Amino acid sequence: MPLIKNGAAADDKFVAVGDDAPLPDAPAVVSLTRFLKEREALLARNTAFGVRLKSGESPALLGDDVQRLSLIVLEFPKFRDGRAFSWARMLRTRLGFTGEIRASGDFLYDQLAFMVRVGIDAFEVPEAITPDAFQRALSEMRLVYQPAADGKKTIRELRANA
Amino acid sequence: MYRYDEFDAAFVRDRVNQFRYQVERRLKGELNEDQFKPFRLMNGLYLQLHAYMLRIAVPYGTLSAKQLRMLAHIARKYDKGYGHFTTRQNLQFNWPKLADVPDILEELASVEMHAIQTSGNCIRNVTADHFAGAAADELEDPRPIAEIIRQWSSLHPEFSFLPRKFKIAVGGAAHDRAALKFHDMAVEIIKNDAGESGYRVLVGGGMGRTPYIAYTVGDFVAKPDLLAFLESVLRVYNEQGRRDNIYKARIKILASALGETEMRRQVMREFAELKASGTLAVPDAELKRIAAYFAPPAFEKLSDASPEFDAALKEQAFADWAKSNLAKHRAPGYAIATISLKPIGGVPGDCSHEQLDALADLLDSFGMAEIRVSHEQNLVLPHVRKKDLPAIFARLKELGLATPNAGLITDIIACPGLDYCDLANARSIPIAQQISERFADLGRQHDIGELKIKISGCINACGHHHAGHIGILGVDKKGVEYYQLQLGGSGAEDASIGEIMGPGFGEHDIVDAVERVVQTYLKLRTGSERFLDTYRRVGMEPFKNMAYLEQLHAAH
Repeated sequence: MPLIKNGAAADDKFVAVGDDAPLPDAPAVVSLTRFLKEREALLARNTAFGVRLKSGESPALLGDDVQRLSLIVLEFPKFRDGRAFSWARMLRTRLGFTGEIRASGDFLYDQLAFMVRVGIDAFEVPEAITPDAFQRALSEMRLVYQPAADGKKTIRELRANA
Repeated sequence: MYRYDEFDAAFVRDRVNQFRYQVERRLKGELNEDQFKPFRLMNGLYLQLHAYMLRIAVPYGTLSAKQLRMLAHIARKYDKGYGHFTTRQNLQFNWPKLADVPDILEELASVEMHAIQTSGNCIRNVTADHFAGAAADELEDPRPIAEIIRQWSSLHPEFSFLPRKFKIAVGGAAHDRAALKFHDMAVEIIKNDAGESGYRVLVGGGMGRTPYIAYTVGDFVAKPDLLAFLESVLRVYNEQGRRDNIYKARIKILASALGETEMRRQVMREFAELKASGTLAVPDAELKRIAAYFAPPAFEKLSDASPEFDAALKEQAFADWAKSNLAKHRAPGYAIATISLKPIGGVPGDCSHEQLDALADLLDSFGMAEIRVSHEQNLVLPHVRKKDLPAIFARLKELGLATPNAGLITDIIACPGLDYCDLANARSIPIAQQISERFADLGRQHDIGELKIKISGCINACGHHHAGHIGILGVDKKGVEYYQLQLGGSGAEDASIGEIMGPGFGEHDIVDAVERVVQTYLKLRTGSERFLDTYRRVGMEPFKNMAYLEQLHAAH
């Protein structure tokens, strides 16, 4: 599946690894279950790695280890399940996570702008969502009312400067 | 009234274009119905039994003359000539074509209106006390914070895909006219012991198949902290609200499962963090800036007694209307007038394009800036000089809008029911019409006094039957419509959930049953007791005995 990162097509450097598969000598992504089970061994490796969270798994479960991760993948099992919007926001604002937050699964073009706002910066997208389409999605609503993880100036801030 | 600045206007225009693109992709087949659904819902567009239905937001129920005229225009050009005011102070059009909806939204944007978040699993259009800024018992006008909430909740990036819909109401008076305790979340303006005003925040009320009365989560939230507090509640809900069962997905179920103590603990944890970050603080200057839009009109210095008004009272029709449809205004010489949308035998909440236009003219000719929509599906003129009332009444009479029944037994709330809605099990409107005709006699209505009948055509309770003094719920029994009675509900400050009486009544028996319940009340009441008071004193038994009496006779 193509990857769009920070708005542009990008190569996926990470290998998704199943719970029973051997770890490759490359950046890998494991499930939360595996991470919690093999935490020490994983943290001892010198290779970047990431954790994949199901929509019902809060990043709070990662504890302070979150800072040791390079990537957190948030699953969207169906586009109506909006929990990952809160998880991304929590990662960026409460936990101060600065690595890659990647959306994976069933989400729609029309949700991309919301996702960017809560701090998701990488997207495993279907072919139909090209980088151009991605940019279009972000440009549809030029103004926002809420402060969010993207730091975009709110309408209230713009008013103050108008 | 709030007025859009360049930023609000650009926001709504962008939203129209965004929706136009969504409709284009839907019509081309690039979006399937399942994918299109959440986005059309976030723009108020439902697919109903016979057609699309477009629900237009009337934030906190306030409309200007210009906006009324636009609604009339849309009713004429794109619909069948009328609109329907809802229990959430919105307006629905029942027959728009999908391809026309972007144009309708564009026309609405030209008068600072939209349909954003009138449906979908998001924060819905915020409602408020329809007497806001006018009522004598008001602590503070709730509309400025309703507007602040509207802006904060519009396309909120984190809360646009909640487990289920989320309704917020705001009130600021001793008497609760906004059904605060039946909302997912409610904000009540209160004063603390030091005399400072702030907010009480209630969470977890709701109707539907499992009705709950909201409990307090924030005892006294300071003014700058309002949005941080609301966002904290939403966060707890978005993370933990149930997503496995649509009937258990509202915050009321989570609130009940967590309990008050745990809910408070979790909300306070989020709140501490959000407050510390300061990003959502509402500075006093911002509150003042928004409040300035809602400054009351410059009231004339009038004496409270008006000779014109007193003279008109000699006419019985005017006296009747004045008795039920006027409420006490805070300024001497002024009154609040309710325009009933419940003509005897009519469809509750319907308003024709001619009436909408004529109401706009009425506002203009009496120098009134706005009209309100009430959650009881009526309209309200918030600031009327008492001396103008006789002339206003005469105009309303010509328009068929002078029904003197506000708060009386024929002022019935009803959902659209099986005549329109694809969720309904039974028709609501014809039952409302029959009850209205049965109790048409005005002397009898006044004798009965305040009695709120609320009718829903299915368990989703859009007609608020749980909160009716007499609630009626339409059910389907093997393809036949039946109607259950519930007694003792209230949506006011003494909120309560009605109790189910027993087995339902058939379509031809329900009106008789209601009448027997009312007669029982008239026999049992003491002093100035309202129906609700009598019911609370004597309980279900005597009402039940009488309501089923005829059927018992038939059975023996």
